[in-house]
Amino acid sequence: MNVTINGAAHELPAGATVAQAVQRLTGMRSGVAVAVNDEVVSRGAWEATALAEADRVEVLTAVQGG
Amino acid sequence: MVDDLIIGGEKFSSRLIMGTGGAPSLEILDAALAASGTELTTVAMRRLDPAARGSVLDVLRRRDIRVLPNTAGCFTAGEAVLTARLAREALETNWVKLEVIADERTLLPDPIETFDAAERLVADGFVVLPYIGDDPVLARRLEQAGCAAVMPLGAPIGSGLGIRNPHNIELIVEFASVPVILDAGIGTASDAALAMELGCDAVLLATAVTRARRPELMAQAMRSAVAAGRAARLAGRIPRRRYAEASSPLHR
Repeated sequence: MNVTINGAAHELPAGATVAQAVQRLTGMRSGVAVAVNDEVVSRGAWEATALAEADRVEVLTAVQGG
Repeated sequence: MVDDLIIGGEKFSSRLIMGTGGAPSLEILDAALAASGTELTTVAMRRLDPAARGSVLDVLRRRDIRVLPNTAGCFTAGEAVLTARLAREALETNWVKLEVIADERTLLPDPIETFDAAERLVADGFVVLPYIGDDPVLARRLEQAGCAAVMPLGAPIGSGLGIRNPHNIELIVEFASVPVILDAGIGTASDAALAMELGCDAVLLATAVTRARRPELMAQAMRSAVAAGRAARLAGRIPRRRYAEASSPLHR
C-alpha cells in the first residue's frame, strides 16, 4: 500500500499502522505528534490505528522558531 | 519586591519571553537563553527531519524553561488549529502562541483568521496567546473571546523597527485585563524598556538577540532593559513639561 509520509511516497505492508509509519522516520516517541489526513492521532492510538491506501501522514516535532 | 507575571494562572518571575528562531547554533541559543533569564520560550512545529541532530527541546528541558509552541507558518485558522493540536500532543502543553499570518512579505497577522482560530482553540481547552497587530479593538475582542493574553506587535517580525505606534500599545494596555505582551519588532534594549514603560506586562523577542553580533550579551541587555522598564512603570514617570522646572532653589 502506498502512503505519503511528510510529503514523500512510502510503500508499507497492507494494514500497516501509524506506529509503523512513524518508525520509518524515527524511533523517538516523545516530542513527536502525528496527523493522518489532517486529524491528530494521539500517541496512545498509534499501534491500534491502521492506515489506508493514499493516506497522508504528517510527523511533526518542535524546531527553533518564533 | 515580588512582582510576578501571571498568565493563565501560571506565575513567572521573568517578564522576558524568548523565541528560538534565528540562532546560528543550539550552543549559542543555549547561552543566550541562560543569559536572558527567560522562563517561557517559543518553538515552532515542523515536519520531523530524521537527519536533524540535537533538539531545541533538549535545550529547554536542560534549562528548565517552559515551552510555548507557536503556529508560525500558518495562513488559515484551520491550519493553526491543527498545528496547535499537534503541538499539544507532541509537547504535552495546552498553551499556544497563536500566529496566523497574512502574507510572507510582511508576516503581518491576519485578524480575521486569528480571531476564528482563537475562538476554536479556546473552545477546545487551549490557553491561547494570540499575536496581533497593534489594534486595541481586536485585543479587546480576543480577551472577550477567552484568550489568556494578547500579543500586539511593535513592528513587523524581524524588522527591528521598535514600537511604531506607542499610543495604540498604551490603549491596548489601558483596556486589557489580561497580560499584554509586546511581540515582534524589538531591535535593541531601549525598545524593550519602552514596551514595559508603556505598561506592557512582558516582552517577547527573538531576532534582536539571536541575530545580534553577540547574542549572549544582547540577551543580558534585554533582561536588564525589561527589568528597568518595568521598575520605571511601577515607579511612575514625571509628567512632561513645556518649560523647565528648577531642581535647585533659584534664590539664595
